[in-house]
Amino acid sequence: MTLLSIDTALVIEKLILIAVIIFASLGIALYTTFAERKVAAILQDRPGPNRAGPFGLLQPFADGLKLIAKEEIIPSGANKWLFILGPGLAMTAALMTCAVIPWGDKVELFGRTIALQVADINIGFLYIFGVVSLGVYGVMIGGWASNNKFSLLAALRGASQAISYELAMGLSMIALLMMTGTLQLGEIVKQQTGPGHHWNVIYQPLGFLIFLVCAFAECNRTPFDLPEAENELNFGYHQEYSSMKLGFYLFSEYINMFISSAVMATLFFGGYDLPFFNPANHTPNFAATIGIITLMAKVVMFIFFFMWVRWTVPRFRYDQLMNLGWKSMIPLALVNMLVTAVVILMRH
Amino acid sequence: MSATHILFWFLSALAVVSALMVLFSKNPVHSVLWLIAVFFAISGHYILMNAQFLAIVNIIVYAGAIMVLFLFVIMLMNLNKESEPRKNVWMKLAGAISAGSLLMILVSLVGQATEVSHKTLIMKDGNIGLIKSLGKILFTQYVVPFELTSILFLSAMVGAVVIGKKD
Repeated sequence: MTLLSIDTALVIEKLILIAVIIFASLGIALYTTFAERKVAAILQDRPGPNRAGPFGLLQPFADGLKLIAKEEIIPSGANKWLFILGPGLAMTAALMTCAVIPWGDKVELFGRTIALQVADINIGFLYIFGVVSLGVYGVMIGGWASNNKFSLLAALRGASQAISYELAMGLSMIALLMMTGTLQLGEIVKQQTGPGHHWNVIYQPLGFLIFLVCAFAECNRTPFDLPEAENELNFGYHQEYSSMKLGFYLFSEYINMFISSAVMATLFFGGYDLPFFNPANHTPNFAATIGIITLMAKVVMFIFFFMWVRWTVPRFRYDQLMNLGWKSMIPLALVNMLVTAVVILMRH
Repeated sequence: MSATHILFWFLSALAVVSALMVLFSKNPVHSVLWLIAVFFAISGHYILMNAQFLAIVNIIVYAGAIMVLFLFVIMLMNLNKESEPRKNVWMKLAGAISAGSLLMILVSLVGQATEVSHKTLIMKDGNIGLIKSLGKILFTQYVVPFELTSILFLSAMVGAVVIGKKD
């Protein structure tokens, strides 16, 4: 069954996989908003949302319905097309990274062996880095097209923050790359599984720390949420937005958080690897299911960490943010890279 | 017509149309965004030739870094339609003619060059553009030019710091 010399079954398989991953990401992001409010409530000793449905579980749907039902306003001085394009770009860039993450090992369905990864490309690492660097556009275009000084200032802040922390992130990834010797994410996870192999965080603790801090900055999460500093910039780059366009911006932040948690789990915490569990002793489908559950558990831990930090650590000042990025993170990442290189050279 | 052909023509059309839109857009911010579309189309071409590393580096460096700086500058300069200087019709005509002649010379040169006339393009497979083979070639055969380029980058960085420093 070939059309245009493409395996049609493969195309259908990949399309289904993409649809499942995207809808799962959206669903998880939906409930992350709820979890954020609940975690904030627990940390501040109050009940949190508990009216819609049992334990307030229907709250995200109520929020979404409210956003969709609100009036859509495009300011008269705004650049109409770019104003609409901004949230779309933010959302697209947030969802694009999930293409290279291995969500689990292979499963067997209908006589086909299906890898739970959309594309195990040769340049997996760099692909993530490329998409991260494109994430700036949603913020910049949205902030500029609103024709509002506060929005523009916030957009510039967001863009320069993202560019500054991308460098340290890239350097910490280089140290990891020198150890793994491959850019393929599927291969990196396989290197961390099995007896005698350890998770990369054991070899690269400093690299992981730098990556974590940069992930906070790239996701615009507190203590780095300068683009949305409401006491200085009213509401930040999405001040003029209303209705579901605002929803897209807010939502893309949660998707970014989910995806970067998945990336950290994959790169440094063994991906879908469960310690002391040998997949070879079980049927492939059972092992893959355990793998997916393990990865999701790691992701949930990271998301909780993101929230925990948000509700305990106050926001940086902008000059402190830049100093931390350029004068601490980048030199630290360089030192980490050098030490890794020396150790690898000694062991050869 | 195979899928590769369809993709090739689609990407080529996208690249040419976007490049033209860069020129014809009145708003400089729109021009920058169309230029980003051009880079994406060219990266698509690289992927068709299985040069994955080139494709992603093209996106990271050009679309992700340089174009962001372009956007920065244009947004801060606040260029409007009103502030755009009116150009003379004769100047426009002279520009078009000289650019057209340059294009003609370049096309005829590339068409006659012996270096490219007897080569066929490797589509879909071939591992010249993969990161492993590129890295090996860069650090063995072309190590001197590679190091010279890094010195050039270093001097550019030092120059930028010197210019950016207060007195």
